Amino acid sequence: MNNPAPDDPIREPDPQFSLEYDALGQLVLIDTAGRRQVGVAPVRMFPISDPDGPVSIVDPAGRELASIPRLEDLPDWQREMIQSALAEREFMPVIRRIISVSSDLEPSQWVVETDRGRVTFQLDDEEDVRRLGPYRVLIIDAHKVRFLVDDVRKLDAASRRILENYL
Amino acid sequence: MLSDRVDIPEVWQTLPAAIREQLAAELRPGETLVCWFEPDLDRNLRYRPGLVVLTDQRLLSWESPDDGATRLRFADGDTRSSRRQPRWQSWPLEAGLSLRVREHGSAGVLEWVSASQRLAYWRYSLARAVGARRLAAALDALREGRRLESSGHAPPGSAECASCGATLLAHQVACPRCGAMRPKPPVKSLWRLHRFARKWIVPILLGFCLTLVATAASLIPPYLTMPLMDHVLIPYEYGQRDDLSPVKWYLLGLAGAALLAFLLGWARTYVLAWVSERIAADLRRETYSHLQRLSLEFFSSKRTGDLISRISNDTDRICYFLSGHLLDFANDLLMISMTAAIMLWISPWLALVTLCPLPFIVLLIHRVRDRLKHGFQFASRAWAEMTSVLADTIPGIRVVKAFAQEQKEIERFRRANERVLSANDRVNFAWSLFDPVMILLTDLGVLVIWGFAVYQIWQRNITVGVLAAFLQYIGRFYARLDSMSRIITAAQRAGAATQRVFAILDRKSTVPEPARPVHPGRLRGAIEFRNVSFRYGSRTVLSNVNLKIEPGEMIGLVGPSGAGKTTLINLICRFFDVAEGAILVDGIDIRSFPVEEYRRNIGIVLQEPFLFYGTVADNIAYGKPEATRQEIVAAARAARAHEFILRLPEAYDSLVGERGQLLSGGERQRISIARSLLIDPRILILDEATSSVDTETEHEIQLALDNLIKGRTTIAIAHRLSTLRRADRLVVIERGRVVEVGSHRELLDRSGPYARLYYAQFQMTHSHHSPAAT
Repeated sequence: MNNPAPDDPIREPDPQFSLEYDALGQLVLIDTAGRRQVGVAPVRMFPISDPDGPVSIVDPAGRELASIPRLEDLPDWQREMIQSALAEREFMPVIRRIISVSSDLEPSQWVVETDRGRVTFQLDDEEDVRRLGPYRVLIIDAHKVRFLVDDVRKLDAASRRILENYL
Repeated sequence: MLSDRVDIPEVWQTLPAAIREQLAAELRPGETLVCWFEPDLDRNLRYRPGLVVLTDQRLLSWESPDDGATRLRFADGDTRSSRRQPRWQSWPLEAGLSLRVREHGSAGVLEWVSASQRLAYWRYSLARAVGARRLAAALDALREGRRLESSGHAPPGSAECASCGATLLAHQVACPRCGAMRPKPPVKSLWRLHRFARKWIVPILLGFCLTLVATAASLIPPYLTMPLMDHVLIPYEYGQRDDLSPVKWYLLGLAGAALLAFLLGWARTYVLAWVSERIAADLRRETYSHLQRLSLEFFSSKRTGDLISRISNDTDRICYFLSGHLLDFANDLLMISMTAAIMLWISPWLALVTLCPLPFIVLLIHRVRDRLKHGFQFASRAWAEMTSVLADTIPGIRVVKAFAQEQKEIERFRRANERVLSANDRVNFAWSLFDPVMILLTDLGVLVIWGFAVYQIWQRNITVGVLAAFLQYIGRFYARLDSMSRIITAAQRAGAATQRVFAILDRKSTVPEPARPVHPGRLRGAIEFRNVSFRYGSRTVLSNVNLKIEPGEMIGLVGPSGAGKTTLINLICRFFDVAEGAILVDGIDIRSFPVEEYRRNIGIVLQEPFLFYGTVADNIAYGKPEATRQEIVAAARAARAHEFILRLPEAYDSLVGERGQLLSGGERQRISIARSLLIDPRILILDEATSSVDTETEHEIQLALDNLIKGRTTIAIAHRLSTLRRADRLVVIERGRVVEVGSHRELLDRSGPYARLYYAQFQMTHSHHSPAAT
């Protein structure tokens, strides 16, 4: 292996580090000792229940290199860099309107308007529509693409009626 | 025009029609189209169609000027919007340039990179992931000068997966890459029960005839009251003291009709209850046997309680509906139409006036119906959720108690129970409204009859007897309407239940039976992995595994947890099917064997052996129920389970499993080893067979295993490397890839990942034994 795993399984994440993008478009983490780790990725620890909460930075093998208790504590440039990297990873269209559902038997084709444009997806199982909180709903399509309904109350009446059949 | 320019015309044919001409114009003379891919996102991760095309000379890319919101879909042939200034970019295929695929979460990125720089990238959602990987593979294949095994685009005679574009062969019901099923037009669910009813057509017809006659019989009494009143009572009242003898005949007729109605009604109810019980039993049996055949994937995505509730509770609802309500429905319909016919016959005008509230009722029923259906679906789901809480906590009761969380679980159940309550309240509110409305309408109907009839009697159009008969008929009429409205409720409830049951019945196994099966018989046990990849959603669990295992060889799978070891054996067992590549046993793709026949060649010993409720002997003979007692004992002896079984109070007849004899982990394990020994499998899988027991017991189990392994192709997973000492070869897996293969000695000499793992464990065992560590 190119980068042998350190033997001690528990390592304290580096509190001081710096980030940059290389010419290949990969995120690079530079630790206090000046070592560069290429291809790191930020991961929100609680993407749904506390999206503004702690973020971990992991290497391509999934080992944690650094952890950030709160993004807002970081300097602006670093926060922005992490946020844009997070946005790249966290593709989760937010459903604004449900235009149609082909049938109330699965598999059904859903046409929805999301914050990222209109899209058609297939729902395989009614259980893939999950309630995440009193008003928040997660829909997982046949490809495991995740769609979020941020607040059921904010949908228009027609969309809400469709969704309520699943909740 | 295109065909003389390219030599893979199918690739062109699969291209979206709207872009075909444009691309043809973009290509240079002699340039050949190899593969294409449609990303569906733009750089800002918004839906926007695009196209990346690989030719033998260049990589071309096109992006739609419109975003996805304008609904440009190539497949729709929407040429209008795509003619607007398409943007083409192209790069020559220089050495050192490559396509790289990265995926995370629900999106991925296909990057066109040189050694030092990223030249371009395209984002896509997971729905298009297959295409991206296919394009990257096509480039590699092109570089190596070989034609891509399949262009990935549909060969003739097969279909494409509607959602990811992967090729679906004729026998595949679900897409092997994305798991999407071929969508199927939904059928009105309640009607689908006719499939189960067909078998019982004779008793159903009998029941129906009985209903018909019973209804007719119950309509006689009011009809008899009419002459009784007009020809006997009223003349009598006016002082015509004639003969009262017809009275007894009328009374006798009334009594006879009542008796007849009673007998027929009884026979009818019994017959139909008998039939519906059988239909429900068939439905339960079929749902359960279908469930048994579904792949593990289905079970891992469903909650146990929900499945139990579907098979028990929902089928019961259907039965209740069929016996109690469907029958009433036919009855009511008949009664209503017969009553209406009789009334029309006696006095058309009065009948018309009487029936005028009918349209309002129909409207009302229609309005409430949809609400009720969804309400009942909701209630069913709430019920399933409650069952799930039970199915979750009762087997996990030890954990609950150990962490003193009884109160929390009670609370959780209370919440689920409350959801059931509120779901039921919601529907109850809707249908409770029916009753009073029906009563109101009946009262109004009676009022109308009185008013209109008095007028008619005054006009000498009808007699008092007719009025009396009408008052009886109208009572029946509205009573029937009322019960019909209840049936609407029950029908919606049963419809929701049917839908939930059929959701299981409609599910096709993702491990499909082959269209042209090859019967494996008794295999030799040579296993070969050929470029095997497996993904779960976006997560790649195994990639490009190549491995040949000789018959009778023992392979130890080593690697950190989550590396893909268990997935590898799940693939061998065909609990799942590979996403790409193939697994061959004795040189034949395992997907061409009938699943059950193939699995008969496989024995498996799991970390947590599962014993069913039954005797020790039953459990050992689980895979071979026809085994003789001698065979069972021999298997137990070989598994070194014989002696401890003899110590049990009823020896081989002791009950084990849930509510049975308590056995230790090692004892259960040896019973499961005996179980595998008895079926004498050619391929043996040991999944952490010894990791849940202490060293002493492990030694016992190891001895049992040594007997089991002899002469069989064995694949063993173990964290404790010492248990793999007998393995001929060790295969080290890390992050879904085979990183090392060799014997223990060879791998130690190589001082690679295995050596690291080994020494780490070695050290750990030693520090455990040193007093300082404790």
